[in-house]
Amino acid sequence: MRQPKGPHRIALVGAPNCGKTALFNAMTGSRQKTANYAGVTVERKEGLFVSPAGTHVKVIDLPGTYSLRARSPDEEVTRDVVLGRRDGEAVPDAVVFVADATNLRQNLRLVLELKKVNRPIILALNMMDAAEAQGLTVDAAELSAELGIPVVPTVAIKKDGISGLLNQIDRDIQIAETEGMAPSRCECVWSEPSSHELRDYHREVERILARAIRSSAQTHTGTRSIDKVMLHPAGGLAILFTILFIMFQAVFAWAETPMDAIDAGLGMLSTWVSSSMAEGPLRSLITDGIIAGVGSVVIFLPQIIVLFFFIQILEDSGYMARAAFLLDKLMGGVGLHGRAFIPLLSSFACAVPGIMAARVIASRRDRILTIMVAPLMTCSARLPVYTLIIAAFVPSRNVLGGWIGLPGLVMFGLYASGILSALALAFVMKYTVLRGVREPLLMELPAYRLPRVRNVALGLYDRGKAFLLRAGTTIFALMVLVWFLSSYPIPPVGATDPAIRYTIAGTIGHALEPFLKPIGFNWEIALALVPGMAAREVLVGVLGTVYSLGDSGDTMHLSLAAKLAHSWSLPTALSLLAWYVFAPQCLPTLGVVRRELNSNFWPVVMFVIYTALAYGAAFITFRLATYLFGG
Amino acid sequence: MSEIMHKLRMGELPLGIKAEVIALDESSTTSPLTPGELERRLIEMGLVEGAYVEVLHQGFPGKDPVAIRVNEHTVAMRRSEANAVIVSRRPDGGA
Repeated sequence: MRQPKGPHRIALVGAPNCGKTALFNAMTGSRQKTANYAGVTVERKEGLFVSPAGTHVKVIDLPGTYSLRARSPDEEVTRDVVLGRRDGEAVPDAVVFVADATNLRQNLRLVLELKKVNRPIILALNMMDAAEAQGLTVDAAELSAELGIPVVPTVAIKKDGISGLLNQIDRDIQIAETEGMAPSRCECVWSEPSSHELRDYHREVERILARAIRSSAQTHTGTRSIDKVMLHPAGGLAILFTILFIMFQAVFAWAETPMDAIDAGLGMLSTWVSSSMAEGPLRSLITDGIIAGVGSVVIFLPQIIVLFFFIQILEDSGYMARAAFLLDKLMGGVGLHGRAFIPLLSSFACAVPGIMAARVIASRRDRILTIMVAPLMTCSARLPVYTLIIAAFVPSRNVLGGWIGLPGLVMFGLYASGILSALALAFVMKYTVLRGVREPLLMELPAYRLPRVRNVALGLYDRGKAFLLRAGTTIFALMVLVWFLSSYPIPPVGATDPAIRYTIAGTIGHALEPFLKPIGFNWEIALALVPGMAAREVLVGVLGTVYSLGDSGDTMHLSLAAKLAHSWSLPTALSLLAWYVFAPQCLPTLGVVRRELNSNFWPVVMFVIYTALAYGAAFITFRLATYLFGG
Repeated sequence: MSEIMHKLRMGELPLGIKAEVIALDESSTTSPLTPGELERRLIEMGLVEGAYVEVLHQGFPGKDPVAIRVNEHTVAMRRSEANAVIVSRRPDGGA
């Protein structure tokens, strides 16, 4: 059975940290797109390049793996694509196995495993420059003869570093065309190797290496000395927390100017639409629904870009694995896996990419636990709410001997409450619904590398695009819905209350009021919580509308703050802050939990737990504050 | 006195001492994995009979996890997982 005609396809396979993504970037440049594999939430990276002989070749970057014995959804995809078992994926014409030349012993075992599959394989000896710098000499011809497959040295980060590989791909394609080698789906036989077979592979690797390696290397002496500092039991943690501190400073400081610019741009756009369209439902949909709604999410793009810039640097340099190492024991106290660090960190920008990042955790139990606590990290969408209420109710004076401003201290307290609640919730779940032992850590600590501008830029481009796409689809649809609920039905003639009071959202708000009275919320807050389901920060916009302030942007914040200070009691304000530490009402988060865990159970559990926590915390805060400060 | 083979679990190997893997035995390690799976994963990380190992770094608190040099690369694991690896101290392995 021949494959249907179309561009030739190759697949990149390799262990984590072998420089596979850098090689993929070198081959395809910006001609790449990220999507999901059908039916699963594993990222599918595909790119296109034109070979030296002028052939169009599609290349897929498969998730990194140490073995074809898949342990996580990501690794299952790699196995199934290579074996041609994955529905909707054409069988690759050839597999390019990317091996870290500085660590061949570890990489060649999987090559031997792959060879059993009977697929055309090309072995790319990546990072040859680093290997040579370490004094390692690999005889590629000997290695090729021993393995029985073509072997080409590559340096993914150099301009001409992949020409040998591209030429070899051309040769393979030619063979495939003349001999009709494209394999059918059923030709691949593969069964899980036993520990006995794995040992045999290792012995075979040792034998091959003894012949193919001319001089052995002085390995990673630099990395060892850096790790003496970075992984120091006390110093290492201090460095980690310093890096995190700088990162959070940067997320707010660097993103401020572009965020103001986006805000101003949206304001101008809204004004322009208002002045060039006749008043009516369509204008209201565009300005109040789409521009204000989608805009309130798009405005976080700079923060997300800055956060992912740091994450990408930490990842590319090899530090991320160290962070997981440093935190594994501490997080283990509440049942979390060391690798949960990355998803939890991303959740400070937004829980949605954070929850998606939990894919790096193989075991389902560890993954569920991480996902269930990730939204307790204070996402940037809660910031506008915190900022507004703090500006309105917290006096701007210095405390603790004049060192720290009170507003800053309250903000810190809110962040800390989120983190502590996450730890507490994880702890409780560990001893109740998610009992069991953690998945082994077993994780390679790669050699430190200098991050490459090109790879970082391509990674950020990818993230930014994904975020905007989401804002343009899911959030767009939600915003249109929220706009509808908050606009209809229109108030009767002679109405005295704000228009929103008469809408469906207003009715829901009033219906909710009795339930929220015990925690000090008035009907305006109850009402604002409804559209706040779409995105947490929408609360600010809705409060603005309800308190009938027409302005937008900073002036609105200021005058709204003044208005709130006048019409809310301090206990009500503090209660709302406590509620927002848990903020259970975020639909995109619940949606992504459902998708990632492929379950309706967990998002419901999350909503129930978070609502209970939010209500409880707000209730205690309200009662306590009323007792202390008076209603 | 070094005639006696210094056989011990890798989780008990002192910092900076070089040793060689002589066997894998996952029976004393609790993990959520199916039997035999931890052994295979260890092999896939290069922890196979004959591999040279050295404990490079220790975590905090409780000196856990550990960073282990395995031939040419470094693997982080918890002490309980390291205990599934039986090693013998190399004669030139230092103090």
